[in-house]
Amino acid sequence: MRHTLAVLVENQPGVLSHVAGLFSRRGYNIDSLVVGETEDPGISRITLVVEGDEKVIEQVSKQLNKQVEVIKVNDITNEKIVERQLLLLKVAADTAIRMEIMQIVEIFRCRIVDIGKRSLIVEATGDEEKIEAIIRSLRPFGIQELVRTGKVAMVRGTK
Amino acid sequence: MNGAQYLIKFFENKGVEYIFGYPGGKVIFLYDVLGKSTLKHVLARHEQGAVHAADGYARVTGKPGVCFATSGPGATNLVTGIANAYLDSVPLIAITGQVGLADIGRDSFQEADIMGITMPITKHSYMVKDIELLPAVLEEAWNVATTGRPGPVLVDIPSDIFSGTVDFSATTHNITTRKGPRKNGLEEQISKVLEAIKMAKKPLLMLGGGIIASRAWEQLEEFVKYTGMPVVTTLMGKGAIPDKNTNVLGMVGMHGIPAANLALNSCDLLLAIGVRFSDRVTGKPENFLFDTTIVHVDIDPAELCKNVNTEIPVVCDAGRFLTAIMTGFKKEKQTFQLDEWLSQINEFEKKYPLLYDKEKTLKPQYVIEETARIAGEKAVVVTDVGQHQMFVAQFFPLGGIRNFVTSGGLGTMGFGLPAAIGAAFGRPKENILLFSGDGSIQMNIQELATIAQNNLPIKIFVLNNSCLGMVRQWQELFFKEHYAQTIFTYNPDFIRLAEAYGITALRISEPEEAKGIIVQALNTEGPVLIECIVDQSENVFPIIPPGGGPHEMLGRWQGETHISRIG
Repeated sequence: MRHTLAVLVENQPGVLSHVAGLFSRRGYNIDSLVVGETEDPGISRITLVVEGDEKVIEQVSKQLNKQVEVIKVNDITNEKIVERQLLLLKVAADTAIRMEIMQIVEIFRCRIVDIGKRSLIVEATGDEEKIEAIIRSLRPFGIQELVRTGKVAMVRGTK
Repeated sequence: MNGAQYLIKFFENKGVEYIFGYPGGKVIFLYDVLGKSTLKHVLARHEQGAVHAADGYARVTGKPGVCFATSGPGATNLVTGIANAYLDSVPLIAITGQVGLADIGRDSFQEADIMGITMPITKHSYMVKDIELLPAVLEEAWNVATTGRPGPVLVDIPSDIFSGTVDFSATTHNITTRKGPRKNGLEEQISKVLEAIKMAKKPLLMLGGGIIASRAWEQLEEFVKYTGMPVVTTLMGKGAIPDKNTNVLGMVGMHGIPAANLALNSCDLLLAIGVRFSDRVTGKPENFLFDTTIVHVDIDPAELCKNVNTEIPVVCDAGRFLTAIMTGFKKEKQTFQLDEWLSQINEFEKKYPLLYDKEKTLKPQYVIEETARIAGEKAVVVTDVGQHQMFVAQFFPLGGIRNFVTSGGLGTMGFGLPAAIGAAFGRPKENILLFSGDGSIQMNIQELATIAQNNLPIKIFVLNNSCLGMVRQWQELFFKEHYAQTIFTYNPDFIRLAEAYGITALRISEPEEAKGIIVQALNTEGPVLIECIVDQSENVFPIIPPGGGPHEMLGRWQGETHISRIG
């Protein structure tokens, strides 16, 4: 099963390689990893998606907790969360089919951020399912380049 | 005050007595200050020697070992020693010089990313990039190395931080305080343990190095006396309790004492304290005691359920745990009826004693047994790695506190000689015995110079079987006697080699000579190397073949002439 971990770490050089190194050393697989500064500039948040059973995830959390720069590890897999990925996708788009692509973009409520002679760049944010759906819908037109971030996630506020 | 002066003063204030190290270009400034301080520097002949010596010192004293090395090759030479200390949870602080701040990342002369290299084998590695942070980093490094589960810490310091000057009284000392073990749920776990002990008919106590790190000897003694519970130890737990204590069955694991392994296999409750269920103890972890209730106590939560699933995991310091359990026993006036269980164990001991053939040729076990008899249980015993290490674990009864120094987790050949140096500095008034092999000793033989220079009274037993005995043994048993690269067809003359360093050397070739020469060696002042020409074909038994369980021991049992599986 895939787990989403939110890891607060000290914002220092070398922390990311340390955390990534821990995973390779102990033989855990990272599906995705996103890191960025938080509301406190001294603290970064790493959002990790890790594949593994309960036992593996428990070990991962414990090993992370042992690291000096790690402040807190939260497994938010079963929490109510807002999760987002960012996608940039360059799709082949001759004038003849531009309208069709733009309609798809409209349906998914994403944006066109660059118009080239023979291509468009589409920007999309959403959860994994939405991102996958967009890619699937645009694939028939010919994807020239694709880049996406891993997942960032935040636990929802109490209602 | 400059950075080097601050660092030296820091260690002085921490009560550090010895620095084990080796100078070089990027630590010249540091050594200049060190030479004018009250700290005593032990000059090794290789950085690996320095780090193992610091490790040995830490193990026999319980205080952190400190070592210095220069940048690049000096720092990378520490790597094996740091990994060794990491796997055995030894508090160690390694200070390495680094190229100047402006030169970092340019592949400068003698530059290596030692912080990156050592990150996976330390509790933490630091690089001081701002002199203002030096006090905080040193304080935190000390704190990390010595608290919780101890371990090595590396601090990499660019040369201009040593020479830079700053008003340290004005710098901040904010450090990250270590998170202690969580205490919530502890009481509940303790009462579960009490209940499990109450229900158990065949409880067994298994002790690891955590008992020693926690200094829990007194609590342990009380616990064992009160409960009468049989005790087994891991290799790292050896010395946690005197071997002569009648409750102690000895070491478990691949080359464990047969009765200890059989008890492990037969118990219905395993109370494992400060162990990490290494593969040398468990064999295949999935098969390990799957129908036994296991209580696992460790200060490091990541050890619980890492290798073996346990019914009752307890995150706690060993000493505090034992105290809590004793309080529980006393409150309930708990009594123990273990006679049936103890007589079963007694049967194991009678039926499967440790045997070897003392006649004809000189056996390594015989040398160790005789030395133990003559030197007594209070000697500080250091080993290298291989067959001789297992023979010492099996045949040298220990009785003192922090008296056993061995490379358990990493199994580092070449550890023994420099570790004995550290032990000799840490425990200057005691007998230091080193058992090594002709393979291991040659891996850090240069440290004979350090021993000679400091006239350290180490008695160095080189059990010379002209081969790499442990691997040779595996080749004999599991590789159809194909002895690939394990037989030393050429060895130096160890007697002349020792003498070249100015060290007294003696040789034992026949069993009859052993006693006399051991007595002579132990009565000689200063270092002595005793080369023992032992039987090449001798194997360590019992042996649990890879993947086997604790009861699946191969050995030559009482009244039998051939090697067989027990039972």
